[in-house]
Amino acid sequence: MACNSSGCESGGCYGREKDNGCKVVDVKETVRLCVKCKSNEPMTFGDGGSDDGRFCAECFRSNVYGKFRLAVTSHAMITPSDNVLVAFSGGSSSRVALQFVHELQVKALKNYEASRDRSLPVFGVGVAFVDESAAYPSLSGGLSDAVEWIRSTVLSLSPPEKDLHVVPIESVFGSDSVEARDRLVKLLDSVSDETGKEDLLLHLKMLSLQKVASENGYNRLVVGSCTSRLASHVLTATVKGRGYSLSADIQHVDARWKVPIVLPLRDCVWQEITRLCHLDGLKTVELARHPQSGINDLVSSFVALLQEENPSRECTIVRTAAKLTPFYFNKIPETDDSCVPMATQRRLKKFNLKYDGSMTTEAFCPICNSPLNGSDSSEDESDALYDACCSSCRFQILPQEPSSLDHFGSLLPHHMISQVKHHQKFDSQTYLREKIKDCLLLDDEEAV
Amino acid sequence: MEKGEAKSKKPARLCCICNERRPVLKRPKTLQQICRECFYEEEIHQAIVKNRLFKSGERVAIGASGGKDSTVLAYVLSELNRRHSYGLDLFLLSIDEGITGYRDDSLETVKRNELQYGLPLQILSYKDLYGWTMDDIVKMIGLKNNCTFCGVFRRQALDRGAALLKVDKLVTGHNADDIAETVLLNILISLGILSRCTSITTGEDGPIPRCKPFKYTYEKEIVIYPFLLQNLSECIYSPNAYRGFAREFIKDLERLRPRAILDIIKSGEDFRIATTTKMPEQGTCERCGYISSQKWCKACVLLDGLNRGLPKMGIGRARGGGVNGGDHKKETTVKTLESKQCGSLDF
Repeated sequence: MACNSSGCESGGCYGREKDNGCKVVDVKETVRLCVKCKSNEPMTFGDGGSDDGRFCAECFRSNVYGKFRLAVTSHAMITPSDNVLVAFSGGSSSRVALQFVHELQVKALKNYEASRDRSLPVFGVGVAFVDESAAYPSLSGGLSDAVEWIRSTVLSLSPPEKDLHVVPIESVFGSDSVEARDRLVKLLDSVSDETGKEDLLLHLKMLSLQKVASENGYNRLVVGSCTSRLASHVLTATVKGRGYSLSADIQHVDARWKVPIVLPLRDCVWQEITRLCHLDGLKTVELARHPQSGINDLVSSFVALLQEENPSRECTIVRTAAKLTPFYFNKIPETDDSCVPMATQRRLKKFNLKYDGSMTTEAFCPICNSPLNGSDSSEDESDALYDACCSSCRFQILPQEPSSLDHFGSLLPHHMISQVKHHQKFDSQTYLREKIKDCLLLDDEEAV
Repeated sequence: MEKGEAKSKKPARLCCICNERRPVLKRPKTLQQICRECFYEEEIHQAIVKNRLFKSGERVAIGASGGKDSTVLAYVLSELNRRHSYGLDLFLLSIDEGITGYRDDSLETVKRNELQYGLPLQILSYKDLYGWTMDDIVKMIGLKNNCTFCGVFRRQALDRGAALLKVDKLVTGHNADDIAETVLLNILISLGILSRCTSITTGEDGPIPRCKPFKYTYEKEIVIYPFLLQNLSECIYSPNAYRGFAREFIKDLERLRPRAILDIIKSGEDFRIATTTKMPEQGTCERCGYISSQKWCKACVLLDGLNRGLPKMGIGRARGGGVNGGDHKKETTVKTLESKQCGSLDF
């Protein structure tokens, strides 16, 4: 419901402000003022956006930052006792996420120093960059420069000081970098589908981020995905048959991982992000991209085309998908309630979030960590890895030849393999529970 | 299906389904090599049996537009009815929108189908039912929004025709491409009625359920079918931009990954709509007695507007007033209806 309200709110605000803009133009063509504060001159970015020339710099910036702060407080993304790791790729979205988290931290530090009793600590912040050069050798050329730039950027965002973790994507395969790199290359070579390869890399990237976060004591992972990125994800997931698990990926919070993932820029669109980078002089680095030829790129082109046609299309897509039922893990786990500030608790109750309460029945795909549905079960019980995966990963990542499955499984990171064993254990537990159901005493029954 | 693909080792010159006959084509959906008998008819039969679409003795109306989908559907259904002894009474039901140059050839095709397949044909026109042809409506309202009228009128006209024929089921030729397109459009615009449009049978709680035996059949496979009759009319009034976007996107997807269309349908089936999202309750229209979630059904609202010389009434947010919820709901309804272009979909 909060996602829905938030989406409707931004959509409604957009519509209303658009009308106001027209009126202002009609009345005073020669003297244009900011639609919001009516005192400053509006900015012009010249990027063809329909709302260009309506807001002044200050109002535009506070609007975008306001969305970020509302998301953070409404979903308890960051609390005073947290230790936050910001995933930073060098792109615009993660750069804005890093900047906003830093500003939040600076404000918290000021409050801490100003308060007499110093009751609320300041949350910690670290930065992680995933080095994908093992998967994309063409990245190696500009990578060292990029890392140096990232290091200096992180240094400039202090005090408070922030650790930078440069994580090779092959680190999930073990500490021996030569063997790990070799294993990664073999794994990618065994995936024939171009889109499957891209998706597998995304999953490995998330695994490596989770690894560095849990090993270094972080309890939150901030991802800079904005509305536009999520709109593309909604369509790519639909196109790959992932309708069931789709809603898990587009909520503000995703706690199915050991370190919960939060998306504070979920309600900001790409155009706002790029404008803010331009406005604040936030520099970004674009690593050489591997040429894409799969479904993910086709969907991105399609969404971009729709966005040109209708500027609110991306918001509509995400708002539509937000009507899907979230999963139980799409909120910060309850054990943190004691540390959650009163204002956040009040706001959470106000939004009255409703989640799927079936906590114990969810099984997850070992490769992509998506919740599995009944339609994902295979009729043929021949291979443990095959059975444990979702139908999408079976098709686009697993090798088609049964004889290659064992070899493929041996190449996967340990974490994914342990998921398969967990899946088997899960199945047997459910089976046993069903068998002895008649003999079980219910808790309330026993009380009587 | 994935396991089947994995095990497929291209057996030399044998159909990979029955392993008996010589394959004649590589099917677009799965790239399997299959023979003519296994192609298509058997799969439609499996879809019908597996989903229990029909019972013996039922009267079934086939929504027939004269296009390739309904033409092939009429042939396949009558053929399977004979071969597998479904025991169905089959009828052809056509709607004449009254669009000059568009429906005439199509109706001629349906009349030929009536003779070829020996199925009784019932043609209903907008003029007979509502007093207005689409040509008249376009004169009144212009090119914009006219497909809202056509979509609303046609849907109800089918229900009325089915009631007139006293049939138990109504069958339409929606294929996998159509349903995938509908799933995408629902994501692009609104999820309001998604749970209703992906089922192979919809309206089961209503007076006349609608069935889509071609739900898992690709459009390309319908074109390949050897009994195709050439009639590819497209509505001259309404090239619909969003429909075009989604259609083109689906074709690009199919080129990249043929099974993506089935994956989209699977996603549509797997979506879980939050229970807090209100679904409109179905009732009956006060005026004409047909199914409606409002006091008046949409067709009566539009018809009243036409008859009073106020054709814009009932379109967009004109009647929503200041109520935000009402606005949103009506907007949802209208946009969803607008998505259903009368030209590219057979019904």
